[in-house]
Amino acid sequence: MAHQSELIEKDILAYLKSQEEKSLLRFITCGSVDDGKSTLIGRLLWDSKMVFEDQLAALEADSKKVGTQGGAIDYALLLDGLQAEREQGITIDVAYRFFSTDRRKFIVADTPGHEQYTRNMVTGASTAKVAVILVDARKGLLTQTRRHSFLVSLVGIKHIVLAINKMDLIGYDEEKFRAIEADYREFAAPLGFASITALPISALNGDNIIEKSSETAWYQGPTLMHFLETVQVEDDRDQQPFRLPVQWVNRPNLDFRGFCGTVASGTVRPGDEIRVASSGQTSKVARIVTFNGDLNEAVAGQAVTLTLEDEIDISRGDMLTRPEAPPLYTRHPEAHLVWMHDEPLQPGQLYLVKTATGVTPGRVTAVQYAVDVNTLEQKQVSTLGLNEIGLARIELDRPVSFDPYGANRDTGSFILIDRFTNATVAAGMVLSAPDESQRAHLSASDSNPWAPRHITLDAVAATNLNVVDLTEEKGLFILDLAQSIHDYLGKGNRILIRLRDLSQLEPVAQLAYEHELAFEFDRNGDGVSILLFKRGTSPVKGYGDDGTGI
Amino acid sequence: MKKNLTHLQQLEAESIHIIREVVAEFDNPVMLYSIGKDSAVMLHLARKAFYPAPPPFPLLHVDTTWKFRDMIEFRGRMAKESGMELLVHVNEDGVKKGVSPFTHGSALYTDVMKTEGLKQALDKYKFDAAFGGARRDEEKSRAKERIFSFRSANHRWDPKNQRPELWSLYNTRIKPGESIRVFPLSNWTELDIWQYIHLEEIPIVPLYYAAVRPVVERDGMLIMVDDDRLELKPGEKVEYKSVRFRTLGCYPLTGAVESEADTLPEIIQEMLLTRTSERQGRLIDHDQAGSMEKKKQEGYF
Repeated sequence: MAHQSELIEKDILAYLKSQEEKSLLRFITCGSVDDGKSTLIGRLLWDSKMVFEDQLAALEADSKKVGTQGGAIDYALLLDGLQAEREQGITIDVAYRFFSTDRRKFIVADTPGHEQYTRNMVTGASTAKVAVILVDARKGLLTQTRRHSFLVSLVGIKHIVLAINKMDLIGYDEEKFRAIEADYREFAAPLGFASITALPISALNGDNIIEKSSETAWYQGPTLMHFLETVQVEDDRDQQPFRLPVQWVNRPNLDFRGFCGTVASGTVRPGDEIRVASSGQTSKVARIVTFNGDLNEAVAGQAVTLTLEDEIDISRGDMLTRPEAPPLYTRHPEAHLVWMHDEPLQPGQLYLVKTATGVTPGRVTAVQYAVDVNTLEQKQVSTLGLNEIGLARIELDRPVSFDPYGANRDTGSFILIDRFTNATVAAGMVLSAPDESQRAHLSASDSNPWAPRHITLDAVAATNLNVVDLTEEKGLFILDLAQSIHDYLGKGNRILIRLRDLSQLEPVAQLAYEHELAFEFDRNGDGVSILLFKRGTSPVKGYGDDGTGI
Repeated sequence: MKKNLTHLQQLEAESIHIIREVVAEFDNPVMLYSIGKDSAVMLHLARKAFYPAPPPFPLLHVDTTWKFRDMIEFRGRMAKESGMELLVHVNEDGVKKGVSPFTHGSALYTDVMKTEGLKQALDKYKFDAAFGGARRDEEKSRAKERIFSFRSANHRWDPKNQRPELWSLYNTRIKPGESIRVFPLSNWTELDIWQYIHLEEIPIVPLYYAAVRPVVERDGMLIMVDDDRLELKPGEKVEYKSVRFRTLGCYPLTGAVESEADTLPEIIQEMLLTRTSERQGRLIDHDQAGSMEKKKQEGYF
């Protein structure tokens, strides 16, 4: 570690002062197995002098033993932490690396390029602001390149570095470089990136990593390090309306009641009016309390404690916001889901939904479509399996405060947790909350106001909308089953029926009796849920036992 | 007017968020306090997270009985200053069997007195979450560890079966008997730690500062003679040298470096100009390749 070593030696206090203003950049590297990703990161660590002598000695020994560079230093070995990975020669999970220059501290999410590890990439990208996408100059754009680009755009990354690697192996050919760049710009146009910067590099030789390469005189742009040090990624979180998800209520004594949380967007000052998203109650900020003294202002990203002028009911799970710009407050968010578990999504099954404000039980009521990450085409599906991405409708047991993910990553994201295994099974990004009136796809005939209404369950199989909400039904009704739904259930699918109360149970039981169906009964906060299914059918895609007894 | 947080402000906010999340979601959390500089920063962040209240959980020190005397004194002082309960656990089985770094070798000694001791303490008090001060930059196997790291009922870590961790949404769900180790300093580097200690004027154990101390040279390391339990081997002699410690652990296993740095800026200066990584001063990492990974799977922090 010898950057700025002169200043460090001569005036350490001045050096420390200069380091206090450093910024932080989180980025992700994406590439296929042989793109030289680990070598690139190893090179950044190496060239920014983050490798110590004892690590170097270990690296030299390892390079001889298991290296792939014929005994020469194999930078990739700096990174491959777990023994199993070393033996297989691939990285299998997300790893975080750190290096810093005089301008910035960097956190690199290093993720694998294997097809089955989409989930790791989404994980690494969730906190990153820049993506470095590696392309082998000999091969050009691959399916993986498209997939990685789509995934980082989905997760909200706006700045792309297209690192065209192994330029040494194509003789530093400008034309080939330009052709790959042009291909990429055309492909990526619909993904909405704010910037795409193409770099001709060789991770192995260090071309255009830290120093400009003498081999690419035709290239006038920045080196990778220069780009990473100077790219402006500061989002407009400060300009967005104030949001503070309340994490913890601090009550050390009767005189102090502080609301702790991290400012998700906007700014807040003493005297500002705030509103509680759930109750609509308002108050004014009295103090912004910190260990180092009260603040005049807190900005997005700061973890603070607020006290209010009035005693209003606020607890963990609430969100404090500006009164004039409330968040979505909904039970029915629509969201992109990235499925992350071997067990596929079970529409209708209860999961735990963890958001910035806490945990709420909820279900995926429908998968509207899945996206083919290779072609970006939409396809009709009934569920999502590992590494599949789709647009889904969620139904929460109680309303939760959200912002669209595009406006705020912190208040627009959630994870799904399996209630039985506690596994994190999916990542979600809220798009919007649909108009509530569009939910029930029922066909009804109501010619005689005194006779029971006939409600036919249909359209389910076609649209995958497998939730039927009858809580708004006021009078008597009789349920009929369309043949398509009968077939749908025969394939092992389930339908969730929501009832207002027990008086509505009889028509459901009648329907089950007539069509030899089974149902599971579940009472919850605002009514009754019935999971309707056909006994003896096995669920479509190897569903595991979800505890419902079938 | 745009105000960007510095890297230390961002790291601080992330750590405070993590610490608060644990208190909000777990029934019985504890902070593992190792008395070193990372623990000092972690404790400081916990105090910030709950100010003006003291952090609502105890500190736990797994005492191997071979810690530096200065560390034990400092431990009491910080517990008092923070207003937190201090729990000290010693593996009495190990003590009865006379397990020491001299008689049993560093690997077995560490396993019995640290790893076993830690498991005993976690079982005894039924903690469901334990904060640790580990950082991802310390060692390669740590780079892949989650901030909320799941442990089975017998305290094992399964590196191939970790929960994905996205945004700042942490999955805190566990079954009875299982637990989560939480690492609020995951994204800090050694340099960040020192800069933050400097900026926030956080107290640290005096052993980090250079002073003339009695040491012997053993296996290429300078070992401090902290009490009369250190028996000299043939040919060894006690010398008085100006030394300090880059990491603190059990005194017979922790190598000192010769140094004149007796102020914080001088320590940072020395660290920046040095050519060896901080864990080099620890014997236990050198036992075998992948040794930290093995220890972690078995329940070592």
